[in-house]
Order: sequence, then C-alpha cells, then structure tokens
Amino acid sequence: MKKTQSKSKFPVSKAEGKRLLHQMQLIRRFEEKSAEVYTETKIRGFLHLYVGEEAVAVGVMQALKEEDYILSTYREHGHALARGMDPGAIMAEMYGKVEGCAMGRGGSMHLFDKNIHFYGGNAIVGGHLPMAVGMALASKKQGKKNVTCCFFGEGAAAEGEFHESMNLAALWDAPVLFLCENNLYAMGTALEYTHSEQQLEKKGPTYGIETATVNGMDLLEVMKAAQKAVDYIRETGKPYFLVCYTYRFRAHSMFDAELYRDKAEVEEWKKQDPIPQFKKYLLKEQLITEKEIASLEEAVEKEVAAAVDFAENGTWEPIEDLCRFVYSENQEP
Amino acid sequence: MSKMKTITYREALKSAIREALQKDERVFLMGEDVGHYGGAFAVSKGLLKEFGPGRIMDVPLSESGFTGAGIGAALAGMRPIVEIMTVNFSLLAMDQIINNAATLLHMSGGQLNVPVVIRMGCGIGRQLAAQHSHSWEPFYAHVPGINVLAVGTHEDARGMLLTALESPDPVILFEYTSMLNLEAEIIEDAGAVDICKAKVRREGIDLSLITYGTGVYKSLEAAEVLSKDGMDIEVIDLRVLRPLDEETFLTSIAKTHKALVVEDAWKSVSISSEISARIMEKAFFELDLPVERLCGVEVPIPYPKHLEDASVPQVQDIVEKVRKILKP
Amino acid sequence: MISFKMPSLGADMEDGTLVEWRKQPGDLLKRGDIIADVDTQKGLIEIEFFGEGILEKHLVAEGEKIPVGTVMALIRGESDEITEEIPQENIPDQEKMVEPAKVEEGKIKVPVASPQKAGGERVRISPLAKKIAEAHQLDISKISGTGPDGAIVKADIDKCLREGQEKKAKAKTDPIVTEPRYEPESKLAIPESEAIRKAVAAAMSRSNQDIPHYYLEKRIDFSKAMLWLKEANKERSVQQRLLPVALMIKAVAKALDDVPDLNAVWEDGLERKNEINIGFVVSLRTGGIMLPAILNADTLSVDGIMERLNDLIPRARAFKLRSSELSKSTFTITSIGEGGADKVYGVIYPPQVGIVGFGEIRDEAIVAEGMIGIKPVVDVTLAADHRATDGLIGSKFLASLNKYLQNPENL
Repeated sequence: MKKTQSKSKFPVSKAEGKRLLHQMQLIRRFEEKSAEVYTETKIRGFLHLYVGEEAVAVGVMQALKEEDYILSTYREHGHALARGMDPGAIMAEMYGKVEGCAMGRGGSMHLFDKNIHFYGGNAIVGGHLPMAVGMALASKKQGKKNVTCCFFGEGAAAEGEFHESMNLAALWDAPVLFLCENNLYAMGTALEYTHSEQQLEKKGPTYGIETATVNGMDLLEVMKAAQKAVDYIRETGKPYFLVCYTYRFRAHSMFDAELYRDKAEVEEWKKQDPIPQFKKYLLKEQLITEKEIASLEEAVEKEVAAAVDFAENGTWEPIEDLCRFVYSENQEP
Repeated sequence: MSKMKTITYREALKSAIREALQKDERVFLMGEDVGHYGGAFAVSKGLLKEFGPGRIMDVPLSESGFTGAGIGAALAGMRPIVEIMTVNFSLLAMDQIINNAATLLHMSGGQLNVPVVIRMGCGIGRQLAAQHSHSWEPFYAHVPGINVLAVGTHEDARGMLLTALESPDPVILFEYTSMLNLEAEIIEDAGAVDICKAKVRREGIDLSLITYGTGVYKSLEAAEVLSKDGMDIEVIDLRVLRPLDEETFLTSIAKTHKALVVEDAWKSVSISSEISARIMEKAFFELDLPVERLCGVEVPIPYPKHLEDASVPQVQDIVEKVRKILKP
Repeated sequence: MISFKMPSLGADMEDGTLVEWRKQPGDLLKRGDIIADVDTQKGLIEIEFFGEGILEKHLVAEGEKIPVGTVMALIRGESDEITEEIPQENIPDQEKMVEPAKVEEGKIKVPVASPQKAGGERVRISPLAKKIAEAHQLDISKISGTGPDGAIVKADIDKCLREGQEKKAKAKTDPIVTEPRYEPESKLAIPESEAIRKAVAAAMSRSNQDIPHYYLEKRIDFSKAMLWLKEANKERSVQQRLLPVALMIKAVAKALDDVPDLNAVWEDGLERKNEINIGFVVSLRTGGIMLPAILNADTLSVDGIMERLNDLIPRARAFKLRSSELSKSTFTITSIGEGGADKVYGVIYPPQVGIVGFGEIRDEAIVAEGMIGIKPVVDVTLAADHRATDGLIGSKFLASLNKYLQNPENL
C-alpha cells in the first residue's frame, strides 16, 4: 500500500467538505435504518450493508462525470446514494413498492437507474465484470469519452470472469475502471483462504493494466486515487485497476453470526472509521464547525426518515402485472 | 415399530454429511463458506472443527474451478462432496458438470467414471429476487450421464447423500433452503435410502398429484385439505428426476386415471413437460382427463412477497386446481 | 413505551434462544447498543437496539427460545411515563401482505368444436372412456359427456353400462356376439370391418340355425384368484401385470384337459382335438368381433398367456392377425371385463362344441362354510352343443373349472 502524507494538501472547499460529509453520513444512517426496518420484516431477502466502506463510494463518485457508466455489486446502496439516486426510491425498492427505483422488482440487491447511468445491483459475484467491458467497448466504438466504473469485491477476483474481463479490457483497450473494494472477506471466508496471491494489485500488471492501491478508509486518499485513475482512462482510453483496502463493520448480510472474524479485529478497524476521520480533518482545517456537523446530522436524519415514509406510503404492484418486463413493451430498442 | 425422532431438514443434511465423512476417508466437503463461515445456510456449521480443513475445504468464489476440481478428484479416486452454495451459481459450473462430469464415461468408452456428488441449495420463497431464485432441476435433468435427485423430505435429506456417494457416476442433489428449519419426524436410526425410485407419499384413488422438492409437503398439505371434501388424492414424490422412475407414476395413473403435476420451475420445457409426455406415451388409454400442470409462472422471480408468491404454486393453488379438475 | 421484539434477521430465521441480556432494567440504551445475545441456527448473534431509551423490563428469560416478533423487553422512551403496562398479546407479528391472488397465465384456448355427433363428427372422449366403451362395444355417439367441454369421461361410460345392464337384466339372455352394432361412418374408414361383420353374421346365423345349444351356469368364488393375482402383480412391472382373463384362460384350458369332449368339433360326429387352442372374443372398435386363438394354452404359464394376449389383442384390433391364429381355435371364451354385464351367454362358434362366458367380477354376498361374506364372484356360463355332449359333461367341466380357480397357485 502506498503511504502518502498529502491528505491536508488536497484542496477541499467548505461547501465541498460539507457535501462529502453529508454523503457519507447519509449512507451510514440509511444503512443503519435499513437494518432496523429489516428486523421489523419491512425489508426481506438478503440485505448487504455498506457501513464502514462509505469513503470508497463517495470518493470514487467524485471523479466520475454524469455521462460515465457505473456497475455495482449486491452491496450497492452506498454507490447508488453517492451517485445521487433518490434515497426514497432506494428504500421503496427495498420495501418492494412500485415507487422503488426498479418498481420493487429487484429489491436490495438490484438497484437500477438508467437516468444516472447506474446499471445495478448485480447479485452473481463477478457476473457484471464482462458486461462492464462490453459497455466500455461500446463507448469506444461510438467515439464517446465516458468511463465505465465497475465496483466489485475481492471475492470476485477469484472468479474466472475477473481474469477474462481484465484480459479482454486490456486486449481491446476498453476504458474501464476496475474498482476492487477489498474488505478482506468474501462473505465469511478470509482472503487468505481464497487467494494464493493476496496482494490483488499484483494481478493488474500481468494483464498490462495500469494499477494502484489506496487506503479505502480515507476519503481524500480515495478521491485522489480515483481522480488519477479516471484521468488516465480518459486520456489513454485504456483500463485501470484500483484496489481500495476497506472493511465492513457490520455482518456480511443480516443473518450472519460472524463466526469467521474476531470482535477485536472489527474494533481495530473501527478506529479508522472514515466518517469521524473526515470530520476531524474538516474541523482541523476549519472547514466546518461542531454546530454545522450537528445540523448536518439532523438533516440526514430527516432525509432518512423521509425515505422510510416514502417507502411506507408506497403502493404494491397489482398481481395482474406479474408478467410484465419479460419481453420489452416498447418495441424500439 | 421403529422409534421416531424430530429433526430439522438442516440437521438431517448435516448428519448425513457427518456420517459420510466418518464412514469413508476418501470423502471430503468442498465449497464456498462451508468452513469458517459455517456454511451459507449453516448446514456445515461445526464440521470444520470436527474434521479439520483437510476435509472441510473453504474454496474461493470460483464455481467452475472448484467444481471442476471436485470432478478431477473423483476421477482420481476421492469421493468429494462439492457444495455449490446455491443453484444460481451452478450456472458458472455448468460447463464442468455437463462437459466433463456427464460425458467422461462415455467419451472414454467406459473407462473413466466420475463418482462426484454435487449438492446445491435451491428453491424459491425467501424474496431473493430474480438472480437468486432459480429452479434449474429441469436443466440438469435434461443431461444424460448424471443422476439428479430432489431432496423433498427429511427422510431423503438424511439418506440420499449416503447412497449418492456409493454411485459410480455423478449425482446432483437439490436441497431446498426454504425447508431448512422445518421439523419433521423420521425413524431414529434413519440412514441411506434408495436413489432410483419415486415414492407414493400418500395413497389415494381420485387423482395422482405428481411433484418433487418443495412440492411434496405442499401437495401433502393440499391433499389433507381436499380429503375433507371427500377427495382422495395420491401424492407422488418423484425424488429422482433423472433417470425418471416411470413405473411409479404410471401405476398410479392406471389407478386414478387423472394427473396433476406440480413444480416451481417454469412450465415450458420442465420436469412436468416430461412427465406429461411420458404419461401420454405410455398410459394414454388410462387417462380420463388431460394431464394438468401447475408450474412456475414464466417470469424472472420478482422481489416483493406478493409477486413472488404469485409466481410459484402455493398450497391453496393446488387445492383449487384439484377441485377444478375433479368437480368442474 | 417501546416494545423490543425478537428481530427477524432473515426469512430463514424463525426463532432464537435468548442466551444473555446484555442490558438490565434501568440501563440507558443508545442507538447501536447490543441489548442481548441470541443463539440461532447460524450461531450466536448480538442483537442491536436502534432507538434510545431506558430499559424498563425484561419479558423473556435467559434460555428461552422464542419466535421472531415476540416482545422481549419494554423500553421507556424519553416521552414515556413510567408505567407497568405490558403488551396485551405477546405474539409475533403476522406478515401483513397483499392478499395473494393468482395471475391467469396467458391462455391460448384450443378452439373447441361443440361435440356434434350426428354428422359423423369427432366425438370428444377421454382415452380411458374410449377404451372401456370399446371393450363393451358401446356406441359413443349416443353417450352424452359431462367432462371438460362436454367430453365423455369414465363416469359417463359407467352410467351408460349401469343403465344397459338394467335393460339386459330384464331381457335375461342376451348373447352379445349376435347383436351387431353397425357404425356406418366407420365402414368408409376401415373397409375390413365390413367383411368382418359379414363373417360374424354368417357364422352366428349358422350357429343359431344348426346348433342346439344348452346352457349351464355357475357362480364361482373369485376371491382366491384375485388374491393370487394381487400377490403375483406385486413383483411385476406395469407392462407385465397379469389380468384376470389370463387366469381364466389357463383354468379353462386345464378344465378342457379334464373334460376333453368339449375340446372338440362336430362335423357329423364328435371329433376331439389334440391341441387345446383357446379362442377368445376380441371386440373391435368398428363393431364386430375377432376370435384369435392362444395355441396350446394348457402348456403355457399364466405369464405366457398374458404375453400372448398383450401381443394378440392390439394386432386383432389392427387387423394384423395371421390366419393360423384365427382358424385354429378349438374352444372359445368370452369375457365381459370390468364394468360390464353380470353374465354372458355365448353363441358357439361352429364347428366347435362349446363356449364359456365370464361375466363381470363383482362383490356379492355369498355363503361359505355356513357364513355369509362379501366376496368377489364371477358368474360363468357354458353354452354347449347338445349334439356333442349332455348337461352332465358340461356340469363336470364347470366343476373342474371351479376347482382350478380355487387353487390358482397350481395353474
């Protein structure tokens, strides 16, 4: 892992700082609220929470432009929120209501919003990597300058599709950002049991792909690394592999006794919690006041409550419509 | 009469794995999260401690790779139990299963047999949405060279694995995750069961309800409801989806002259398609009514509960369908 | 007051065992605090509290296993008064869901022509009903169906047979083989049927004109035979199942061996036959009958006879019998089968000298060893040529037949 001490040099304006903190706080509280309503059986199915990893989603999104494409995993609420998806639409989706971002058809693992170029919410590990290469290939063929950013976990790096996609992207010069969120556990199985070479960043250069790593618990570091990566892709049209070292504080999914890791380990990582870290930085640089933080947190609280209200008041899709969306209703592609 | 004991489906599966590991040194379990995590559905919880990492192997998320490795190990004299966490991920391993496990015996002119056992969690009903709610029993049942078992009861959860491990050829076990917590009584010293015959789970004379997997308990429940209306339904648990045991359901139809096939899988090109065709071929003149089917609605399974429930046959649907058939 | 409930951590979690309360009454609870440890099938899980307040009271004891949704504790929020109130019913929440309805799958209805039967239109009938109707030579165009889209089903045939039986009971003797059943439309389709019809008509007329028939009948207890069949069929596949008729043919063959005067022809005198070739009546779909023979039936096992039947019947119906199979019979059996008449009185097929008829096997009250019991019985009739034999011979034959059917294991 590269060690740099350039944190404070990264220019962040007051407004910018507040916006970033707001995003991270929103993800944190949104996820905690989701866990709560899950226990009340309002949300069902699998629920994978992003708590602890907020700096990665928020940091990377800052480098992306409106026209860029994003593909994500089943732990994607954070990416969707950071990309600007409406919290109410996400919560309603998890409630299974028509007002959800995918009409309730997908639930927690399948958030989609074409308007903001957010292509899921993909629940088969590694399954979306080849698609990301294809989308980037299409951009290239169409002469577009946009980047395709593909989030995945280190578990996916063991799948054949990871290696096939890396090879194809390099072979075709496809403008993909392979964004690996290495949170050290593939579900409940530690890196050491699943990867012979645990420094995943070593896998990039073997395909001739420009590669870097970053401390995913540090927002400013992530922002910087992501910007560098995206700039490189836009400039060269070639793929880039960025490994973010991060950690999830909560269980893999809701029903997980976490037999596979020590509590002490979790507590140790919590010391690097990206949110307090960033607060500390903003306070130190006098970019925010304690009072402003309190009112920001209150605003987030209201936003999350509003999302829940929106979902609660949503409607169930009539059963007569069950067979919709199997084939296109609009015959224009 | 033998003494009975109450056991969950999960416990039944686990004790079968444990017995298999104890009985035969060549047996080992490999799969995603089977060790340190305790099994995605807690089926193998505690086994790592009991048998060690040499026999309870955590594997990376690489379905094609580790399934293929299981096939290779079987080829070279071991008796691996490959756990594919859910049937949904088995799509990534399908090449290995179909192009290797199912064909090696034939391609080698009978020289190479592949005694691998592949377990897959499956089933619908936990609001896991489209990518995690597949019913691929028909896919695998399509392939000659593999034995496909649907573990629809506790008795079979306890016994099928043991017999599967005796098979010289690949066996796929479909285990239904929605049944894991379900308790039922089985014989105290329950053990290996046959893996070649379908079973009449309830005798009746008015209609043959042919099903498998989660359909078994649902159908028995429906038959119970219908019996109060004076309808005497025979419930057949297919158990073995390949090779199909025709005799059991053909015999039943010779008695009842009416059949309803129930399954979660999509209707087109399904197990019920096959059953229906075989009845037509071999028991046409026993039929007093057309064979009816109650299957999954042909839509990717949606997330919301009410839509998910509407996508696959429920007990009430079976009851209503039978009523319609018998008392039009 | 906040009711703290056993949380649901997944659709596959139904209950949990409270292992330890981590917070005690009076403790201040903050968001994210662990309130208790609960054991699940996935192991020990820390249960989190999402609100704020003071723990008022535990409602569940450590060690208790409780379903998801059960209120575990009461927690006093800031605005709450201190009360002793306990929730009325400590039961898990019911899932509140939309009434599950069913989507009608996109139905493509096969156009159904109303069952016009008059103009020779196709009659809608189930395969089973059709099979039974054919066995009884019923004219299905005259039966009205109660099945789907007016199709004839087994119940309709059963009803028709019941009614027919009543009529026959009145008429008493009603040899079915002499009752031609013309289906004009089928003549065109299968010209062979006409020839067969003619042959049957000629043979039967000749029989009735030339042969002085005498009739005997005997009710035979069929319970042992049925039991034996049931046992025997246990070990057989569907294709190999034995039908009662196979047993009957074997018993008749053995009885003929005992009473050889009936296994003979009359051509200006009685001429016994060396081979026992049993002809049996197969009714044809187009009306009319055929009499294929099971050659040397006395030497075949019951399985062997069944095998021959399975081979001969479909070929008879398809007009694919060899001439030897048609011409070599030395004695004839006619059997009504399931759902048919109680008795059948046959017409002798010349130049043979006897025909035995088996009615439907049915349950009747019969007296045995001074007790009345319900048993399956079959009424067996013998029609024999009085020129060739007398009643005594016929009677001996029926007695012998009975003996064999009471000891099916020896057949």
